[in-house]
Parts: sequence; C-alpha cells; structure tokens
Amino acid sequence: MTILLSIVVGLALFFMIGFAARAVLQAFAPAHHKPTFRDMPLTASFGLAVILLYIFVAVFAPLIAPYGESEVLGAQFLPWASPHYLGTDKLGRDMLTRLIYGARNTVGIAFATTALAFFVGSFLGIWAALVGGWLDQWLSRFVDALMAIPALIFSLLLLTIFGTSVLTLILVIAAVDATRVYRLARSVAQGIVVMDFIEAARLRGEGMWRLIRREILPNAMAPLVAEFGLRFCFVFLSISALSFLGLGIKPPTADWGSMVRENATLITFGDITPLLPAGAIALLTVAVNFVVDWQLHRASGLKE
Amino acid sequence: MIGQRLLLGVLTLFIISVVIFGATELLPGDLARELLGQSATEETLAALREQLGLNDPAPLRYWNWLAGVLQGDFGMSMATQKPISELVGARLGNTLFLALYAAALAVPFALLLGVLAALWRNSIFDRASNALALTAISFPEFFVAYTLIFWLAQSGLFPSMVRITGSTTTGDLLYMAFLPALTLTLVVTAHMMRMTRAAIINLLASPYIEMARLKGMSPIRVVLRHAVPNALAPIINVVALNLAYLITGVVVVEVVFVYPGLGQLMIDAVSNRDIAVVQAIALIFASAYVLLNLLADVLSTIINPRLMHRK
Repeated sequence: MTILLSIVVGLALFFMIGFAARAVLQAFAPAHHKPTFRDMPLTASFGLAVILLYIFVAVFAPLIAPYGESEVLGAQFLPWASPHYLGTDKLGRDMLTRLIYGARNTVGIAFATTALAFFVGSFLGIWAALVGGWLDQWLSRFVDALMAIPALIFSLLLLTIFGTSVLTLILVIAAVDATRVYRLARSVAQGIVVMDFIEAARLRGEGMWRLIRREILPNAMAPLVAEFGLRFCFVFLSISALSFLGLGIKPPTADWGSMVRENATLITFGDITPLLPAGAIALLTVAVNFVVDWQLHRASGLKE
Repeated sequence: MIGQRLLLGVLTLFIISVVIFGATELLPGDLARELLGQSATEETLAALREQLGLNDPAPLRYWNWLAGVLQGDFGMSMATQKPISELVGARLGNTLFLALYAAALAVPFALLLGVLAALWRNSIFDRASNALALTAISFPEFFVAYTLIFWLAQSGLFPSMVRITGSTTTGDLLYMAFLPALTLTLVVTAHMMRMTRAAIINLLASPYIEMARLKGMSPIRVVLRHAVPNALAPIINVVALNLAYLITGVVVVEVVFVYPGLGQLMIDAVSNRDIAVVQAIALIFASAYVLLNLLADVLSTIINPRLMHRK
C-alpha cells in the first residue's frame, strides 16, 4: 500500500515540478529562446528544475543547514522528530544538515573531477587529431590499452597504489575518465581538422593553441557539452560508489556515498533514512540524464 | 577475419597484464615505504622489499609474475599471509555464479522488453519503458540494492545477506542470491533494452521490411522473422558489453549483500593496500572483460555472412 502511495505521490510531484519549471522558463526566457522551452518535454524541464535546486542548495548550504556540518548534537540514530527532522546518524550528527552539506561536497568534488577530466581529455584528443601522425598513433594506442580495463577496477588498482585521499580520488577518477573524453574529442575533431577553414587558418599562421581554442573547439562544442553531462553522471556515480565502499571521501566530511554506508544498518530495522542520501544521488543523475537526452535529441534534429 | 581478431585479443590481454603490473612503477618513491609508512625501520623495509622481490629489475619481476599467473600461482597475500590462488579460488566460483544468475534473468527480460517497445513504438508502453530505463540507468547500484532490501527483505520474503556454508545446496543459493541478482538485473536491463529497441527500429525503415508489410504479414512476424535476425549483431554486442559491465557491477552489490565473492575480497585488499591481491583480481576482472568483448566480436562476425566473406 505504502509503495503504491509513494509511486503516486512521486509521479504527481514529477508532473507538478515539470509543468511549473516549463512555465517559469518560458516566461523568463529571452524572446528568441521561447520556442526551445515551449517544445521541451516534461522530463527535461523536471531535470532542469532539479539541477537548479541542487546548485542552490550546494551554494547556500551553510545558510540553509540548521546545524554545523560535523557537529555532534545528541544520541545516535534518533528517529525523525523535531528538532532533528530526519533524525541523527550513528555519531549523533543531524541527518538533514549532513544531507545539505553533502550536496556541496559530493557534487562539488564530482564536478571538479569531471572538469579536470574534460580539460585534459579534450585538449589531448583535439591535439592528437590536429597533429596526427605518430603522436596520434601513440596516444590513441595508449588510451586503447587503458580503456581495455574496466573503469572501476582500474580506479581501485590506482587507489591501492597511491593511497586513498580526496586528492588522489579526484586525480585517479579524472585520469580514468579522461581516456573516454579523449576518444570522443579526437573523433569529433578528426571530422573538423580536414575542413577548408582549418587549412586556411593554418596558412594564416595560426598557432596550435589558437587553432584548438578558436577554430576547432567552437565547432566541437555541441557533442562535447552533451558528453560533459553524461560524464558527470559517470564520475558522480563512481565517486559515490567508491565513497560507499569506504575508499573515497572520508568522514567527517559529509558525503552521500559514505552516509549510506555509515547508516546502512538502519535499513534492516525498516528505517528508510539510509535511502535518502542514495536517493539524492539517484535524483541528480536522473535529472542530468533527462536534460542530456533532450539536448541530444535536439542536436540530432530528430522529430519523431 | 576471426583468427586476426583472436590474435588481437591475446595481444590486448598481454598489454593489460603489463599495465596492471606496471602501474606500481608509477609511484614516485619506494613501494615498500609507501605501504609501511614513514615510521618503518630499515630492517622491516628491507624484509618487505625482499618479500615483494623489489630488488630485482622490473622486467624480470614482471616475467616471474606472469609465469606464475599462467600456472595459476598469483603469489602471497601480504595481509593474510595465504597464497592468493587459495583466496581467489573459492570466491571466483561464487562471483561467476552471481553474474550468470543475473545474466540469465536480465538477457531474456531485456530482449523481450526491447522487441515489444520497438513493436509498439511511440505508444504509452514505449514511452513509459523508455523513461523507466533512463531512470534505472542513472541509479547507483547501492540505491537499487537497499530499496530492494527495504521492500523485499524487510517483510522476510528474501534474505538480505548471503551466507554460504558447506551444506548450502544450489536451490538455497538461488534463493539467497535472488536479491543481489535482481539488483544487477535491474541495473543492466535498461541499457540492453534501449539498444535492442534502437537496433530494431533502425531496420524497420528498410525497404525489405516494407515489402514484408505489404505482403500482409503481421507486425509481430515482421519484427521476429525479418528485423531481429539482422539486428542480432548490435544486440549481441550490447549484451556482451553489459555482461562485461556485470563483472564490475558485482563489486558494489557483493558488498551490500555481504556476498562472499571476488568483489568483496578486492575491496578488503584495497583498504589493506594488499597490492598483490588487487593486481590478481584486477587481472581476472579485466581478462573476463576482454574475453567477453572478444566473444561478442567473433559471434557477430559468425552470424553475419557479409562479414565472413569480406574481400
């Protein structure tokens, strides 16, 4: 019964947020963007609203959160009641506060990692396509070799060697994901380098950096942006998985993955508290996927 | 064609073993000091170097390691002081069982859903299953796992932990491992289903399908007899890719359900920084991944006559 009820409530919320977000976006969009938002599917407007909400919570975390991030406030595993609306965790810290700070830490670290992976991967990929020859061959074969090992397994291997800390976590995940970005950036750039305007730019004597930044990157932006969304999901999920396994972000930093791990015992007593941080992760990835799906659909020009 | 692909597979396996072994060389300092910490005395460091064989040059160490691995000897675990093959041996079977169990549930389910979604495309069923699939792809495994525990294990329907003892029969195991297998199924089904649907819909626009329709065939027959055989190659590829994904997916799921498999062992080894064990398990997982991809390529070549007789 409760399951059915929660599904109904969830669907109702989804439609409400979706419709409201679409209406608001349409009202405030500049005139030439209005049709974009009018034809937007509900899933995409719901996704956009959720992403904006997460950004808001992450930026204003200290103002929203009722307590300090790692403040021990009372008995452990308190039930859901005022003043701890979502109870306390196994050390007696306020669950709601840690969920709010988690938005900042988990999402922030995932975003930084994705940005790093993108910067390195797309630069190397475009560079390889532009220079070609042996550089392209060597880089591509090297990336192929690294990609033959499953990402999670390779990250675990690297974390064993370099030890587990937030910095190594960011570097390791960024390195593993940069190989995937490299692949895409190289194949996109390969289609662009052969065009006439690149030839012209070369004859004008434009340098490598300028060629990449001013000639190729603007033309490769659409697929790269969509890929950024998907990559973010992957990075976010793998960081959460590693934190959940106890190998990622460490306490006392509030982080959704390790919060699930710390409070997992509650689930066997029928308390859904550990599902909240896991759900927060799931909701954000779903939202990003919805928006990316819409963008890809638009970019491909498909009208079913 | 196939011989060439097999050779490439062997080469990939070799390169993977080099990468997995060579990763330790990336460390700027000394592996022994890194593992023992700054406070270690010179004697213990020397003893550990001797035990790990760090005094030999890297190529020689790699050769010894590879020769051992090929004979089933992965060396000693530092944390437990047991031979790794003993630790791995018992658990490899468990992990394979879980992966196969999940595959047996997921593959037929995903293919059925994919074919139905293609058959009734743009219907409510298609849209709903598409949105659900997109949602399922984005869920972290542990969220799915704990939700299932909350719904199905709370009421005592299924156990939330897997304990394998000497007297466990296959029937018991199937029952105990149902929730972990279901978790994995839900995680991989979505992707397989979407790809199956896309592969079939791609073909539905071709002239020979229109011909079949004009002959008055029923839509089901058109899809099953005419579209599916030609869509098999991409479908086999995506099935293999997802089975390969299962191999890494088991790591998280095994930890949630306390399932005694390789994933658990690997996580313990990573937190103990037991590098030899991690290398051994990484090699096993990576080889399985490569072999599955190889199998997919070979299979899709065999079923496609045009690829078999390429000029």
